[in-house]
Amino acid sequence: MATVSLESLKKSYGKTEVIHGVDIDIEDGEFIVIVGPSGCGKSTLLRMVAGLEGVSEGEIRIDGERVNEKEPMDRDIAMVFQNYALYPHMSVEQNMAYGLKIAKMPKAEINARVAEAAELLQLEPYLKRRPRQLSGGQRQRVAMGRAIVRRPSVFLFDEPLSNLDAKLRVQMRLEIKKLQRELGVTALYVTHDQVEAMTLADRMIVMNDGAVDQIGAPLEVYANPQTEFVAGFIGSPPTNFIASETIGGQAGTKTGIRPEHVVIAPVGQGNATGLVLYAEPLGAETLIHLTIAGGEAFTVRQDGAVAIPAEGDQVGLSWSDDVEMRFDASGRRF
Amino acid sequence: MARDANAGMVERRGAGLWLTHLGLIIGVAFIFFPIWLAFVASTVTQPEIVRPPMPLWPGDQFYENYSKALTSGINAPVARMLLNSAIMALGISLGKIAISLLSAFAIVYFRFPGRQLFFWLIFLTLMLPVEVRIVPTYEVAANFGMLNSYSGLIFPLIASATATFLFRQFFMTVPDELAEAARVDGARPMRFFVDILLPMSRTNVAALFVILFIYGWNQYLWPLLITTDPSMNTIVMGIKQMFPSGDDTADWPVIMATSILAMIPPVVVVIGMQKLFIRGLVDSEK
Repeated sequence: MATVSLESLKKSYGKTEVIHGVDIDIEDGEFIVIVGPSGCGKSTLLRMVAGLEGVSEGEIRIDGERVNEKEPMDRDIAMVFQNYALYPHMSVEQNMAYGLKIAKMPKAEINARVAEAAELLQLEPYLKRRPRQLSGGQRQRVAMGRAIVRRPSVFLFDEPLSNLDAKLRVQMRLEIKKLQRELGVTALYVTHDQVEAMTLADRMIVMNDGAVDQIGAPLEVYANPQTEFVAGFIGSPPTNFIASETIGGQAGTKTGIRPEHVVIAPVGQGNATGLVLYAEPLGAETLIHLTIAGGEAFTVRQDGAVAIPAEGDQVGLSWSDDVEMRFDASGRRF
Repeated sequence: MARDANAGMVERRGAGLWLTHLGLIIGVAFIFFPIWLAFVASTVTQPEIVRPPMPLWPGDQFYENYSKALTSGINAPVARMLLNSAIMALGISLGKIAISLLSAFAIVYFRFPGRQLFFWLIFLTLMLPVEVRIVPTYEVAANFGMLNSYSGLIFPLIASATATFLFRQFFMTVPDELAEAARVDGARPMRFFVDILLPMSRTNVAALFVILFIYGWNQYLWPLLITTDPSMNTIVMGIKQMFPSGDDTADWPVIMATSILAMIPPVVVVIGMQKLFIRGLVDSEK
């Protein structure tokens, strides 16, 4: 229930600048996912918004109000940590109520809010338990409950699902999305997992090395990556990059083709020729790994029902011109 | 879990089991025998003690000897000395715990100029036990007018590098995210300390309390220096003061009764806090 704007936000540790000026305007109720490889500064950015890290330069505004100097508690935010950060000696109930207790909220109001959150998160049977008596998914829910009861204007998630197993991660991902829709709260979510980013985000921010490479709706980012990094990072398996000269393009530039846009053709046909190294049949789809002329690796993703070429075969690789993405020497799209 | 532990243990049967127990019983008897002798000596009369052979079974003077010790003693009533010792031991252990918790909190969670320096200064005091600094400490205590007072008995012994170090190590294992979560929840540093850190250190505090209580209770040299008034004597030094000088005869039954009485509080503390003490030494609740 608030907008968040970051204005040329920078962060330095001593002389090393780790965030090089980030500008974003986040709408009220929007679900924003910050995605990037480890060390790209995404967590630092989130912690700056939370108030756990100081701002070196620039401004953070929540609902139009500058919060750079405010303590985390005064920013009207709630944060869900990667390791949940539950207080080990407190029951689930006490964990959720702790922030409200500090805010000196009347007991009846605290109880009502905790009960409401517990119901929403199906935590009612566990209210009296200690965190160590809960499973990973339940702990995750408690951490979210602790955020919900405060009724913040902004939710901050710092890789909240990375400690869960794959199945639970999918389930919790859906729950987080549902919860955010129901509560209508602005959310900022950090992850290195592009699937989470694609599925959760209204808009996603792709960060690389302390700078924002692209901001946009997930499908827009997928379809129209602005840089070579974004094209390689979003999408799995990653985009194939080949030197443009080998397919008759401009020297010194690169062409990116997504594995799903390529069709295996008989030798001699299509845009390029490749040598099949091995195939990974996954059932619904098959990933075929090849090398093309010049020794570059290339991946093709095809439907599971399509015939798989034998290892060591020479095949043609065919795609239409409009799926080609061309990047200049600095990695920019042109 | 207990069942698993049993299943995994090497099973002992027959002679081996009995031999083990026999060994343990002999060991216990060996340690316990002098205490038994002291107890026997505290229940007989003076002539019975000095006449060989020494009695090995308790006599009928239990009540007389103990009431004499507790109410009048030799220099000061033992009840009074027990109280003094209790106040000193409690003061030292609680004071040490409070101060070391706070200094460890400061060193681990706050970035202030000279943080490392202060840590090493504290650490350095490990190398300076009471005996080494006893003359200057006495001088300071005397100048503050703390001779023959509880503050004189307690304060000079309160600073503890060991306890500070122990809590520092424990605090460093507490995940940073916990402090951050508390900050987001609106807890100021002292609130975090009281609400989160302190309950989490509960078992460590209990273990340390047992150790420090016994350390305080067994202080001998310092009370000997700082107290000249018999009514401020502590029990451990008091026993020594009961020994006769010159040609007086020692009242051994009363001295032995005093020894037995002096042993009771540490034993009570150890047994009473055994469960927490062991938990504090072996596991950390995180």
